[in-house]
Amino acid sequence: MSTALLIEQLLNGLQLGVMLFLMAAGLTLIFGVMGLINLAHGSLYMIGAFACAIVASATGSFWIGLIASLVAAAAAGAIMEVLVIRRLYERDHLDQVLATFALILIFSEGSRWLFGSFALYLDIPPLLQGAVPLPGGGQYQLYRLAVIGVGISVAVGLHVLISRTRLGMRIRAGESDREMIAALGIDIQTLYTVVFALGAALAGLAGALVGALQSVQVGMGEPVLILAFVVIVIGGIGSIKGALVGAILVGTIDTMGRFLLPKTLALILPASQAGMIGAALASMLIYIVMALILAFRPRGLFAA
Amino acid sequence: MVEPVLEIRDLRKNFGALKVTDGVNLDLRPGEIHALIGPNGAGKSTLIHQISGSIRQDSGTIRFLGQDMAGLGMAARASLGLGRSFQISSLAPEFSALRNVMLAVQARQGPSFRFFRPVMADKSLTDPAMAMLERVGLAARSNLPAAELSHGERRQLEIAIALALGSKAFLFDEPMAGMGPEGSRSLTKFLGGLRREAPILLVEHDMDAVFALADRISVLVYGRIIASGKVDDIRNDPEVRRAYLGEAA
Amino acid sequence: MAAREPTVNTLLALLLMAVPLVALAIGEPFYITLATRIAILALAAVGLNIALGLGGLVSFGHAAFFGLGGYVAAILATHAFNGEPLFLGIPGTTSMPVIWFVAIAICALIALPIGAISLRTAGVYFIMITLAFAQMIYYFAISWPAYGGEDGLSLYVRNSLPLVNTAKPLPFFLVCYALLMLALALFWLIRGSRFGAALQAARQNATRLSAVGIAPFNINLAAFVMSAMMTGLAGALFADLNRFASPSMLSWHMSGELIVLIILGGKGRLFGPVAGAMLYVFFEYALGGITERWQFFLGLILLGVVLFARGGLLGLLAGKVQHG
Repeated sequence: MSTALLIEQLLNGLQLGVMLFLMAAGLTLIFGVMGLINLAHGSLYMIGAFACAIVASATGSFWIGLIASLVAAAAAGAIMEVLVIRRLYERDHLDQVLATFALILIFSEGSRWLFGSFALYLDIPPLLQGAVPLPGGGQYQLYRLAVIGVGISVAVGLHVLISRTRLGMRIRAGESDREMIAALGIDIQTLYTVVFALGAALAGLAGALVGALQSVQVGMGEPVLILAFVVIVIGGIGSIKGALVGAILVGTIDTMGRFLLPKTLALILPASQAGMIGAALASMLIYIVMALILAFRPRGLFAA
Repeated sequence: MVEPVLEIRDLRKNFGALKVTDGVNLDLRPGEIHALIGPNGAGKSTLIHQISGSIRQDSGTIRFLGQDMAGLGMAARASLGLGRSFQISSLAPEFSALRNVMLAVQARQGPSFRFFRPVMADKSLTDPAMAMLERVGLAARSNLPAAELSHGERRQLEIAIALALGSKAFLFDEPMAGMGPEGSRSLTKFLGGLRREAPILLVEHDMDAVFALADRISVLVYGRIIASGKVDDIRNDPEVRRAYLGEAA
Repeated sequence: MAAREPTVNTLLALLLMAVPLVALAIGEPFYITLATRIAILALAAVGLNIALGLGGLVSFGHAAFFGLGGYVAAILATHAFNGEPLFLGIPGTTSMPVIWFVAIAICALIALPIGAISLRTAGVYFIMITLAFAQMIYYFAISWPAYGGEDGLSLYVRNSLPLVNTAKPLPFFLVCYALLMLALALFWLIRGSRFGAALQAARQNATRLSAVGIAPFNINLAAFVMSAMMTGLAGALFADLNRFASPSMLSWHMSGELIVLIILGGKGRLFGPVAGAMLYVFFEYALGGITERWQFFLGLILLGVVLFARGGLLGLLAGKVQHG
């Protein structure tokens, strides 16, 4: 196995990790501030991808599409919050799960209605086509590197937003004490809508970025959503730092597991069996890791 | 000298830099009411939590009936006979008063892994539970869900549950809190008689009740017992007057 | 008010029984299949209702047990059909009672560690960790090619039961109906028992339960395992109904649907899952006949129930839950 291949896989793991972070950051922020579990977060991811694909194909510009994905997901998130989510803050988690499960059905079938069951395709923008050489030989897609860059910038941006700005101060206040922010004269209802729309925009951004790597289709948000849940459970629900660490962990473990497990097993088993068992084990690996982590730290690595 | 029922030695607990329990020694002897008083934030409830097992101490020992409680959870301690009432009533809100008490009777009779016999038709559960409700004066309200009982009635129900457990010691955390003068008086009378069944460690802010009931008083301030003794000694202790009673008066 | 629920329950039981009889009379055997589907989904949800309704344990991973039951039925039948032993020379089987027993036993064995780990957490963590365990089993099923992988596993013929011709729709319905009634009887007994009292107390106030000396963890774990066993049995029947065990039985949508059944019918109620399964299959059939996108409307209805009609159908028909 060459170094270049290993580096490539590591980068792939990192790229998956930062994408998961974009999803998980919104989920964990919404849980931390509003105490809400939102299954429909994957639908916002899908909306971002669809908006980008449609606008990009209409205008011919990926970049306009990317802006459209942010706007569409944030708007969808804000509407969702005002119409439905707002009624769920005082409810138990079961009601939240059910209502947002209902939203998934509505969004998924609704978009099938609008766009059909066929996948849309989104091209990588010309600026980011091509590849860069890796140390040790081999090449890596420039676009994927850019995605990693976007993910890291968002992580830094979120950190600055939450620790340095007025909005961030309100978010932190909302996490620790809801009555206090009311006492400070902050309009909680607007704050909640803004936080929800922010989380939605991050999910939409993730959807658009991944849309250019995979196909854009109904249901694309669901596997990512479940991975994002694993991420925030590992990281500690409500913790942005936990979301970042958990996302990178899950991204790398999943990617490296799929890459290394069959090869490792091949050392002790016949090749055909090693491939089969390795693939099956690799697909379960992050869940095993999650179970182990929770067995020792039931509230995740960075419990709030 | 009689063996104490409950014996606490050099108990310590820190929350971060805060010493909530700072080397506490305390015991509870058969037949007595031992009152634990102190200003708000002195660590009284935290101490009760450590004794009942809902919080683990950092160091020190708690012995109950001669047995070290280390490593035993709340449920295990309760089934050994450590009955408690909560500072804020803690009941199964949807269950009737009777069913709340039946739960304690059932726990006392052994494991709950019995899946078929209906509890409501089981006289070995309903009769003792009803008897306990009668003792605390709640018999007429036995069919009401706990959530619909008045504040004072919920406190009485908690005591009925502790009675039904056949507790060998009671930990009562502010049983008078929020009760009217009438209720406080009748509860004071009731607790006074109860000490013959099992000793009571009583955390209470109502000083009239404390002075009327207690055989001994310990004063907890900032996690330390600053004085412990007979009622009159405590009443006249200058340090106690300064640290606590003086403030309250 | 108090006396209305038993009446409603009896009517629901009779209604479910009447559907296949009427279907037979008017020569529409398809409706027998629908009624069987209702009975099996209701059975799965009665199982979940032990954990969720009585214990308040929101398991978002019960599809794992439903699917495991289904795969047990399909795998045993496939081995029997091909004459290949499973392992260590143990043969497959097409006998339903054996299959049910194995399905129930396997679900118990798997639910025990899953429950033991998951119950160390609570609230949202519990919801997500049960979901994640179910996903683990789902991904295992689709990436393990020996038993069909993503394509699922077919049963060549419906498995057999002594004295009953299970290949015919009505006898098979009756088998499922009888098992559903048995499960309901068990649920009723458990709810009224000492165990049920402890379990319901654990949902209402776990601290209170500990304070009387009963450890909530043990009670919840036992409830979780029993709940999984019942749902697993339903899974085995479901595979026999469709003559197919598909990975979708293990999917998180399935877990969500099982919860939906309970909520549509009425949480924690004896016949909640039955009412819920009837409504669900009715929607599926009635809306599905009008539009391919019936799940869109199901989503709207569900949203309406959660936001505005929290007692579900039984809450509407029989009033609020009564406690003894």
